[in-house]
Amino acid sequence: MLKFLLAETPADGVLLIRLNRPEALNALNTALLGELATLLDKSATDSRVRAVVITGNDRAFAAGADVKEMAALNAVGVLQDARVAHWARIAAFPKPLIAAVNGFALGGGCELVMQADIIVAGRTALFGQPEINLGIIPGAGGTQRLIRALGKALASQMVMTGEPISAERALQAGLVSEITEPELTLERALALADTLAAKAPIALQQAKDVLARAQETHLSGGLAYERKAFCLLAATDDRDEGISAFLEKRTPTYHGH
Amino acid sequence: MAYQHIEYSVEHGVALLTLNRPASLNSFNSDMHEEVRDALKSARRDPAVRCLMITGNGRGFCAGQDLSDRNVAPGSERPDLGLSIEHYYNPMIRALRSFPAPVICAVNGVAAGAGANIALACDIVFAARSASFIQAFCKIGLLPDSGGTWTLPRLVGQARATALAMLGDKISAEQAAQWGMIWSCVDDGDLHETALACARHLATQPTQGLSMIKRALNASSTNSLDAQLDLERDLQRLAGRTDDYREGVAAFMAKRRPTFSGH
Repeated sequence: MLKFLLAETPADGVLLIRLNRPEALNALNTALLGELATLLDKSATDSRVRAVVITGNDRAFAAGADVKEMAALNAVGVLQDARVAHWARIAAFPKPLIAAVNGFALGGGCELVMQADIIVAGRTALFGQPEINLGIIPGAGGTQRLIRALGKALASQMVMTGEPISAERALQAGLVSEITEPELTLERALALADTLAAKAPIALQQAKDVLARAQETHLSGGLAYERKAFCLLAATDDRDEGISAFLEKRTPTYHGH
Repeated sequence: MAYQHIEYSVEHGVALLTLNRPASLNSFNSDMHEEVRDALKSARRDPAVRCLMITGNGRGFCAGQDLSDRNVAPGSERPDLGLSIEHYYNPMIRALRSFPAPVICAVNGVAAGAGANIALACDIVFAARSASFIQAFCKIGLLPDSGGTWTLPRLVGQARATALAMLGDKISAEQAAQWGMIWSCVDDGDLHETALACARHLATQPTQGLSMIKRALNASSTNSLDAQLDLERDLQRLAGRTDDYREGVAAFMAKRRPTFSGH
């Protein structure tokens, strides 16, 4: 069924998605992006999935979009490109999404990484938006998410020169939250996913939603939104369980309601 | 790629790279750079290679940059030395420092300028008693490159590094060994055999473990203690998963000699 992805369940509640076009350094063609959006859509309503890890292989997370495919589109084709809807569905995924990045995360690959909530990178990973080298610009959030993550100077340098940055630099600039030895990147991301899979699912979804809102709104609006989500959680059983377990000094068991 | 300015062979797990422009004391020109780059790439990709040894043919190890390759005639445009550093020397030093197996250097004669710093970038350096090290850069208005300003203070301390770099004095192999700049000074006639024996020994050892020792020691120069402790944890985690660790422990328990595969 899946042609460009491998899906595994390495632990209870954890879905691992591997981008699998090794011959093309995992370039994100439209079919792959569509598969990914569909898989995430399904996982959004599958209560067995509590956290998702997305990764590539040792050489590349994803080295960009499929340039030949892009070249075949004229202005109208680009306007009506199915990719726009795929990206929107990926962005709408409501559960924790962790990216484990080794090797190249360039162009669309870097933009996909930035869709993740938590990003773990191998020490030798490279992040970049080289679109400018093709006479185009990032078209899936690269200019917007990068500048919010890194600030103006570094984001502008990356987008305008097309030159990538190292994992070390990405950590320093706040693009990724942790770097690891490359051989341990996926392991660390899966450990984080395991941690998240044991937490209250609705609380995680609310946290994700509220965090995303911070990019969209002014502080007082964001605070009000946070307050509403906070009140909403007071109506869940998992919140009672979490607080009781804390007071009784035991590990909570969450049921997702 | 057929080599003219170097010799390259792989035997008993050892990739032997010999600089071979003896008439110019094995100084670097672009062609030799290309060949060294190609050989280092081959060695890195060759699963049979578990140790790399570098040495030179003739009476010198390497005299650094071949200055006859530099156009500094009066009136000509001033050169951009950064270009050749960016293109050749820095990638070579990075390739040596990140080489995933031990790198042995047998310094058979004078190691001057970049030649000295290429030798010092290797993991274990042997030198012939008649060999010498010269940071010659200061004599022509330059500063040590090829990592010299980074490796020297770490090997011999700031005071000696500064004097070496500013005075450009010739340091004998014996002095270098006494200062801890190199591992060992051996009689001229024994150099090649001694270094090769060491390389062959290392090629039978747990290659991944050795590679991790190198990674950790490299990182220690720039890491905080906290970061280094984390790195040691991560690398030890990986080392503990190798076949060679299992073999090492099994051989120890069974009181036999281990046979390491390098995996």
